[in-house]
Amino acid sequence: MSRRYLVRRLLLLIPVLLGVMLLVFGMVFLSPGDPISRLAGNKPLPASTVASIKASYHLDKPFVVQFLYYLKGVLHGDFGQTFTGRSVSDIVRERFPVTLKLAIGSFAIEIVLGLSLAIVAAMKRRTWIDSTILVTTLILWTIPTLVLAFVLQYIFGIKLHWFPVAGVTDGWMSYVLPCLTIGALSAASLGRLGRSAILDNMTGEHIRAANARGLPPRRVIGRHVLKNSLVPIVTIFGLDLAYLMAGAVLTETIFNLPGLGNALVTGIRTQNGPLVVGLVMLSSIFIVFSILAVDLLCARIDPRISYE
Amino acid sequence: MAEPVLEVDDLHVEFRTEEGTVNAVDGVGYKIAKGEVLAILGESGSGKTVHARAIMRILDSPPAHITAGQAKLHEVDVLALDEADMREVRGAKIAMLFQDPHSALDPVFTIGDQLHELLQARRGFSKREAKTMSIELLSRVGIASPEERLKAHPHELSGGIAQRVMVAMAIALEPEVLLADEPTSSLDVTVQAQVLDLLGSVVEETDMAMVLITHNLAVAVGLADRIAVMYAGRMAELGPAKDVYASPKHPYTAGLLRAIPDIDVREERLPGIKGAPPNMLRLPSGCAFHPRCPLADERCAQERPPFEEVVPGRWTACWHWDEVTR
Amino acid sequence: MSRPTSTVEGAAGLVDEVEQPTATLWSDVWRKLKKDNQFRVAVVMIAIFMGMAVAPQLFFTKSLDPAQCHLEDTLQGPSRAHWFGTDLLGCDYYTRVVYGTRTSMEVGLIVASLTMVIALTLGGAAGYFGGATDQVISRFADIFFCVPTLLGSILLLSLFNTGGVAIVALVLVFFGWPDMTRLVRSTVISGKRRGYVRSAETIGASGGRVLRRHVLPNGIAPVLVFTAYIVGGAVAGEASLTFLGVGLRLPAISWGLQIQIAQTRFTAAPYLLFFPSLFLCLFIGAFVLLGESIRDALDVKMVDG
Repeated sequence: MSRRYLVRRLLLLIPVLLGVMLLVFGMVFLSPGDPISRLAGNKPLPASTVASIKASYHLDKPFVVQFLYYLKGVLHGDFGQTFTGRSVSDIVRERFPVTLKLAIGSFAIEIVLGLSLAIVAAMKRRTWIDSTILVTTLILWTIPTLVLAFVLQYIFGIKLHWFPVAGVTDGWMSYVLPCLTIGALSAASLGRLGRSAILDNMTGEHIRAANARGLPPRRVIGRHVLKNSLVPIVTIFGLDLAYLMAGAVLTETIFNLPGLGNALVTGIRTQNGPLVVGLVMLSSIFIVFSILAVDLLCARIDPRISYE
Repeated sequence: MAEPVLEVDDLHVEFRTEEGTVNAVDGVGYKIAKGEVLAILGESGSGKTVHARAIMRILDSPPAHITAGQAKLHEVDVLALDEADMREVRGAKIAMLFQDPHSALDPVFTIGDQLHELLQARRGFSKREAKTMSIELLSRVGIASPEERLKAHPHELSGGIAQRVMVAMAIALEPEVLLADEPTSSLDVTVQAQVLDLLGSVVEETDMAMVLITHNLAVAVGLADRIAVMYAGRMAELGPAKDVYASPKHPYTAGLLRAIPDIDVREERLPGIKGAPPNMLRLPSGCAFHPRCPLADERCAQERPPFEEVVPGRWTACWHWDEVTR
Repeated sequence: MSRPTSTVEGAAGLVDEVEQPTATLWSDVWRKLKKDNQFRVAVVMIAIFMGMAVAPQLFFTKSLDPAQCHLEDTLQGPSRAHWFGTDLLGCDYYTRVVYGTRTSMEVGLIVASLTMVIALTLGGAAGYFGGATDQVISRFADIFFCVPTLLGSILLLSLFNTGGVAIVALVLVFFGWPDMTRLVRSTVISGKRRGYVRSAETIGASGGRVLRRHVLPNGIAPVLVFTAYIVGGAVAGEASLTFLGVGLRLPAISWGLQIQIAQTRFTAAPYLLFFPSLFLCLFIGAFVLLGESIRDALDVKMVDG
């Protein structure tokens, strides 16, 4: 990867990161009306709380200053105070492990299942195996997370009693259904897109040329086809990682896992504005860095990307 | 001709599509000897590339199917070999050069990786041996600072250099036959000449037989010992280069030659060949060229002329071959 | 003495292969589509849903009537009289689920059309004009792209405590526009590289005109496919948002709302959850099938940003 590309990409990070934070912050504090009532919803707040919010967000100052103070806070890991008195960072620290476990489980499923499906479908192209995989992944892709969570919960939890349907009390067993929910859906999309990427590459001229040199098929596919297909696959996978929070919100709610997604929904239900803002801000920042990581990784894999 | 290295006999390749079956290669045959350069001239759709890929057996099948014919390397018909044996043949006995070096080289690996891989996989070289050999090969094809170049990726190389790398890979296993499919068509004109010279010297040094596929008459005449002309999947004419150029025996060849602008002659319009290239799904009856041919008659429309030796060393598929003038 | 320079093509009156524009003749496309089973199924399904959305009464019968609410019939399972059972108030559930179609159709179509307009305008401009225009638009797209649609929508909707189809749709568009915009931009950029744009420009067509008449029609294929997917995504998004409590509120009728209400009675009366979920999946599925069939017919390779 050329150094110029690296530098350019890192420099690009800053305006995007600032822009994202400005967007999230602006949604709350820039829109017409009183931000405090927006944050609190219809709940009446004690005067002391109102005063402390005014102070911590510097609401008497102009917007730009507000934002800069907030920025400073974030750089120190401070995402604000919630109405319940706890800091957002504390809640994050507390809830993070659950969401992390959910993430790891889901990604394991996504990679293993998704890649296998992609490879098998591409290799067995035009056979019934390929068609079955295509149909299954299409169906899975169609089903929203919302529905799949309940379906899995019902079939495997309530009817068959194989797995717990709520809470984290059963160790890793509690995570099976939720991880399957997120993992199966992303595996379906990875499988389909991976399959097209592999197929596209298999018919490329350089593959034909490699075959014309008499290289063994295992090498041609295992090395050439795979590495060339890696960029779209890594991209999708990276984006799924980034968007995990969105999936986690629904899954943790339905399976009652005490993670970050659940905290977000609780925040909504209790009209705890600062919590919601903090979590969304955190997710967005995480996404910015994930995208950066994906871009840099892809540039490593395919040097054409960083070539001037 | 001394014993031919490669003998192609009555090769037929069909493409089966939704819209119908195309006879992309419809009875192609020729012989080529050691150290000889045979140019195959034809426009796109004439079947020249397809026939080469058929010999190498790298056609996508479906939709392509080799339905008849033989391609004998010495006495062995490579079309009848099983896949494992054919893999041995590819690169080591018959090698192929592709048109666009930037598509034919894998973009995510370095030149070195690709060269080493070839030597390690096919010849069991160790990493160090492969590296030494690669440097030697690159020098042989005229690439300066070869050790540097090994670390480069294909997109960092110019077209000319990239094509030289492909030549290096093609000759690495010392094949007997080289099928060069439009090796200079995607290169700048100035670079074309260099690469052609390179190919010429490679043939001289190694006594390789080279089938040079091209749509460019100049390239053909410049390098080839013999020229074959293909039209609509069929052979139209075959003979020594100078003879074909001086006195063609097929109206299509004559038309091509007539269309070359002569700098000394002042012309109002470039004479083209009237009509359009044939629709391969619905070829004309009889001789495929007859709708565009100034010499065509009833017989041409009814009976397909056989490709035969009309004069020693001169083959043609035309009922009126003796009336053809330049 | 002259050097022979002609190519065979030149002599034969053929121009070297000009890359054909991606859009095949529309009549060919239509013919292919008509024969495709995926397309037929999709069209039938969408037509049925349209009917349900526009004139739900058509799907009612004597016993299946929304007005037929009898409290004593509360929470009965599916039966001949009530295909989908009854809800808490004793109302026929089937009719309520059918009613939900309208909301989804509205959300889906509003989001799809608005997103398409924005994407074509911004994406087209960014791709065609390049330079500063491209940089500015792309940076904005990058920024919005980093806020996930679901989370951003949750935030925005929870701050402005109003519901309503229009608001939800607008919010979804607010966060969802970068995706298709990038797609249009890539398509335009790769379209630009092809010959026909340069020929149009040589004749003197203005930038805007070239964009409209030449680049866009040929790039329309992936956009159509993506739009179909967007309808599905928007409907799923609305259902999720409503389920979480930030989307539509009562007395609106939405599948998301029905699922949310059904959640508490999941074990006792699973059918309450099942039927709206089924409709949701079928609705999304119909549009996904539509997208897939268009993709097959146009042989679209989705250009990735």
